[in-house]
Amino acid sequence: MPSFVIVDKCDGCKALDKTACQYICPNDLMVLNKETMKAYNREPELCWECYNCVKICPNQAIEVRGYADFVPLGAQVTPMRSSDSIMWTVKFRNGELKRFKFPIRTTPEGSAVPDGGWETATDDISSPLLFTEPGSLKMDSLFTLNK
Amino acid sequence: MGPFETVEVNTDLLIVGGGMAACGAAVEAAYWAKKYGLKVTLVDKAALDRSGAVAMGLSAINLYVDLNSGKNTVKDYVDYVRNDLMGITREDLVANIARHVDSTVHLFEKWGLPIWKDENGNYVHEGRWQLMINGESYKVVVAEAAKNALGIENIYERIFIVEPLMDGDRCAGAVGFSVRENKFYVFKAKATLVAMGGAVHVFRPRSTGEGLGRAWYPPWNSGSSAYFTIMAGAEMTCQEVRFIPVRFKDAYGPVGAWFLLFKSRATNAFGGDYMVERTDELEKWLPYGKVKPIPANLRNWLGMLDTMEGKGPIYMRTEEAIQKIAEQYKDDPKAYKKKIKELEEEAWEDFLDMTISQAILWAATNTFPEQSPSEIAAAEPYFIGSHSGASGAWVSGPKDLAPPEYFWGYPNMSTVKGLFCAGDASGASSHKFSSGSHAEGRIAAKGAIEYIVKENPQLNYDANQIEELKKKIYKPLEVYEAHYKETTDPDINPNYIRPKMFMFRLQKIMDEYAGGVSSQFKTSKPLLEKGLQLLQFLKEDSEKLAAADLHELMRCWENIHRMYQAEAHVRAILFREETRWPGYYFRADKPSIDPNWEKFVNMTYDRKTDTWNVFTRDIIHIF
Repeated sequence: MPSFVIVDKCDGCKALDKTACQYICPNDLMVLNKETMKAYNREPELCWECYNCVKICPNQAIEVRGYADFVPLGAQVTPMRSSDSIMWTVKFRNGELKRFKFPIRTTPEGSAVPDGGWETATDDISSPLLFTEPGSLKMDSLFTLNK
Repeated sequence: MGPFETVEVNTDLLIVGGGMAACGAAVEAAYWAKKYGLKVTLVDKAALDRSGAVAMGLSAINLYVDLNSGKNTVKDYVDYVRNDLMGITREDLVANIARHVDSTVHLFEKWGLPIWKDENGNYVHEGRWQLMINGESYKVVVAEAAKNALGIENIYERIFIVEPLMDGDRCAGAVGFSVRENKFYVFKAKATLVAMGGAVHVFRPRSTGEGLGRAWYPPWNSGSSAYFTIMAGAEMTCQEVRFIPVRFKDAYGPVGAWFLLFKSRATNAFGGDYMVERTDELEKWLPYGKVKPIPANLRNWLGMLDTMEGKGPIYMRTEEAIQKIAEQYKDDPKAYKKKIKELEEEAWEDFLDMTISQAILWAATNTFPEQSPSEIAAAEPYFIGSHSGASGAWVSGPKDLAPPEYFWGYPNMSTVKGLFCAGDASGASSHKFSSGSHAEGRIAAKGAIEYIVKENPQLNYDANQIEELKKKIYKPLEVYEAHYKETTDPDINPNYIRPKMFMFRLQKIMDEYAGGVSSQFKTSKPLLEKGLQLLQFLKEDSEKLAAADLHELMRCWENIHRMYQAEAHVRAILFREETRWPGYYFRADKPSIDPNWEKFVNMTYDRKTDTWNVFTRDIIHIF
């Protein structure tokens, strides 16, 4: 079961209207068992192992166990994602550990301005120029065949 | 279950989908809509932050033309794409994306996507057209700009769009259902922009147990773009041009960085390099066998020949590549150690950014890339017009680039009025990838707003049509409810079929008759005709699909969507009487490339009569 939920750690995101994992799963796999108030992956064989549930879980209650039909047991890959970087811990079957840290964004969360600061050059709806062009091309003009 | 409340949303432009193309469309549409006082609505089957094919992240941007540096031209890119697709490409569409894509990449950087830079502050290229990125949050960043542009009040998540809403020959919106609530959604729109991705799980994957979900392209891409456009009556193109990626075996980790950045070789089990040993084979696929770079499908083909001759496993020689790069520092032990560490980090990030399963597989098999090679293999076929496949709708080019035959008013409008397509939804414009899909979404969105402004279509809605669609969409719930108590195991019931087994049946047909993995990608006219017979039974049985809940209802419709993608594919392969892309599929009864077939295979479907019309269109060069 690619992503799995640790019973002792999952609190069903009780303060929220839906669990974080349920909110984010691109394949609609994570679901809350209303009786136990714990989340689970209802179709592990349709899990892409995208780790979005793992990354978003506020309690670090979700981990991934590689697909049992081709991955030997014993490895673990664990992310710790912050607002600007992600730290990965890779545990090998033989016990060896590796750790990597990579940046994930260069700007504060929420700050993406759609036009990126580039002005609109034409108000002509029929022009092939898009609303940030030609500025965002870093060119004077757009390529065309009609000179 | 039920009752199901009908929620009506009236808008001007409806964007269906949430991936790269849809987010590009949102950003562009929002600007022009504001100027003209129009409303834009986006509907996504998942959560916008992590929906679509980039949900996990990516380790590279595969399309950046770099026009500004003067190193490449739009024509260079068009030539590359046309050659890679063995001549079958819409040059006007590819040129249109190529001339805009740098603009989109520059926006990504402003929004916060970390793009690798060298010591001079220039982008680090993986290959001629590819840039290296720290792309774990690629989709989050791109979605953020889309949300900021549209406003979250105009974004509907967790609604699965099933069918187009039609007013005669115009597309008038879309209908679907919430996968979380008992709500049926009717989106009424003057124009509809389809960007629901390609199709996975049409063919049987290599892993069929728990690893079923570990497809190379994500399993939630279920052919919804193809179904929507086919059912709207749009002309479709390149339905035969599937894509088969050769990737690290089983976990499908990316090979681009290894081949392009690290200059790795792939060899067979005996150390032979099929790209060297089989060069004579390329003579059979002229003129494309002689172009540089060698087309993806021909590279696949040479490797497949080794596999079919029993020379596997095929290995990516990671150890050799890393040692070769590090050798430059062999006289300075400190620098050597540092370089090895840097390469190791780059190699792992490549997987951790976009295919974490591959990192798990390496760790689970104690694989250290600097020490030992790793197996690669051809994956099952996918429908992904944004990558090295080409399937999608036939859309208008831009006025200043398209020949008259390829232009009908508005860029990226399909042959159905008011129906626009981008990303995997539009065909014959391969190699757009994530950045080009975003750029194409922008192009299509501006075209759609232009259409609304100029035509201001007054649409009529037939309440009966909407009621019928609602009934049809929820029918699998009724079928289940009516019968599931009749047997002791609700999975086994003579009166219905559940979506999982329905999908397995589809995958078996496609795998065995249409050239899947187990058939070594070979098929023929008799096999395809037999496959069509079996697809017909499946189509009839789709009336008996059963769903226990809303989640399973989504699975039912996803698989109906896949089934029509499958049929379009089989009909196109059957119609094209040659083998043009041997590393994608091989027509054993027509085993060579035929210059007379250097044309598009297009088709339309009439849902009233359940008939397909398949025909050819000429290829017109613009340069």
